[in-house]
Amino acid sequence: MYEFLIAPFSEFEFMRRALAGTLALALGAGPIGVVLMLRRMSLVGDAMAHAILPGAAIGFLLSGLSLFAMTAGGLIAGFVVALLTGLVARNTELKEDAALATFYLLSLALGVTIVSLKGTNIDLLHVLFGNVLALDNQTLLLIAANATITLIVLALIYRPLIVECVDPGFMRSVSRAGGAAHFAFLVLVVINLVSGFHALGTLLAVGIMMLPAAIGRFWARDATAMIAIATASGVFAGYAGLLLSFHTGVASGPAIILTAGALYVFSLLFGRVGGLARQVFPERHLEA
Amino acid sequence: MPAALEFCDVTLGYDRHPAVHHLEGKVETGALIAVVGPNGAGKSTLFKGIVGTLKPFAGRIERGGLAPQEIAYLPQAAEIDRSFPISVYDMVAMGLWRRTGLFGGVGRSACGAIEQAIAAVGLTGFEGRAIATLSGGQMQRMLFARLLLQDARVIVLDEPFNAVDAKTSADLFDLVRRWHGERRTVLTALHDIEFVRTHFPETLLLAREPVAWGPTATVLTAENLLTARRMCEAFDEQAAECVEPQTAA
Repeated sequence: MYEFLIAPFSEFEFMRRALAGTLALALGAGPIGVVLMLRRMSLVGDAMAHAILPGAAIGFLLSGLSLFAMTAGGLIAGFVVALLTGLVARNTELKEDAALATFYLLSLALGVTIVSLKGTNIDLLHVLFGNVLALDNQTLLLIAANATITLIVLALIYRPLIVECVDPGFMRSVSRAGGAAHFAFLVLVVINLVSGFHALGTLLAVGIMMLPAAIGRFWARDATAMIAIATASGVFAGYAGLLLSFHTGVASGPAIILTAGALYVFSLLFGRVGGLARQVFPERHLEA
Repeated sequence: MPAALEFCDVTLGYDRHPAVHHLEGKVETGALIAVVGPNGAGKSTLFKGIVGTLKPFAGRIERGGLAPQEIAYLPQAAEIDRSFPISVYDMVAMGLWRRTGLFGGVGRSACGAIEQAIAAVGLTGFEGRAIATLSGGQMQRMLFARLLLQDARVIVLDEPFNAVDAKTSADLFDLVRRWHGERRTVLTALHDIEFVRTHFPETLLLAREPVAWGPTATVLTAENLLTARRMCEAFDEQAAECVEPQTAA
């Protein structure tokens, strides 16, 4: 048992680093995913991931596999897209989803253009799929710092975020902070995606956000419990996914997301709140 | 005592078309006013102007020194996401916004106030229920509890008794009367003319243009009501620019 569950981490440093990185990632991404889901922005994470890809690619082009350049590139691309989306959605007839779609596609096209102009045959696999087993100190620090910032800022903007989400009309009538809180939240989404792409790659980074959130929805009836369950399942998926990857030799990023996927399918079937089994075999109704 | 609200030649609308046209007048502090008029008369538009979510095309609205955020507002169709996992208690607690702001905590005295507000609307026992499980009437009671906690000097209610049963609207109107007794200023949009005659001392009859404003008995005459009904609802796409002299904003 010890051999199977603990030894991989106690014997190999790269596994310990991977575990630390994944746990930090899950701590930040869990709550972000739940808020995204509650705000009906589940696909925003995915669009944002596409939006930061060109930034990261440009950073990679300019300075190779440099943590700083790729992170800065991703952050800048993400912030610009988030800012433009927010401005257009709040000031024109275009809704948030349409505004985001236009800007992330532009960002993607621009990124591909720049890469093709440069004409080098670069290996973007690292950006696309990440490498959780090769996290260096800097990257670990970046992920941990991002998780810390996420939790602190989210605690500060939690009230306006939730109120705006439940009752946007009320939010507008009592405060003008809704827009600022929403933008701060988008920034958090971006920094978590940037953390995620170092470990899991840009494409799978969204997985550690949205799958745990969807799992939480099947077990909890209030937002706080949902966040707790989402974070716990993200942490568990990180740990179990790394083990799976270690013992079977499959790539670690997909292993983590597939583990979360297995938890999700289980929740979908047997979840206490609206799971399919409950609907097929309902309990007897109550007297009053 | 200064006026709670003052409309200075206010025109409000959408896409250059006025929905409230050149409204002029004062709402005295402590007034209980019914805003009456056919659908499309501009009642909701006027309320949006009062709470500052719609900017006037021309003229201005004085709020007696209050910020727009200090006016409590119950919209006609609240944009509430009813599937959101939140309890009645937390929803009512939002009414404390002015006291807690973005970051302030909800202390023990505030918890007492929340429970009192829930009791005042007859929802005791519903505190832990998810809002998704409430009926239409219970929802409206919950929103009134939130208004109670908002403790605002000016309260604007847009058709608050629509689609609720007689018992609920009577209970909720008791709260309106209580606010009136506390010298709060209350504006309510309503369609039930008989109800307005019985309960509201003052009425504004609106049909895009203000038709009449004053003591209810003098406003709700057969002649005025007919005038209001005749005013056309649809925007005239070919309407010329309004050339009435406008006061500087």
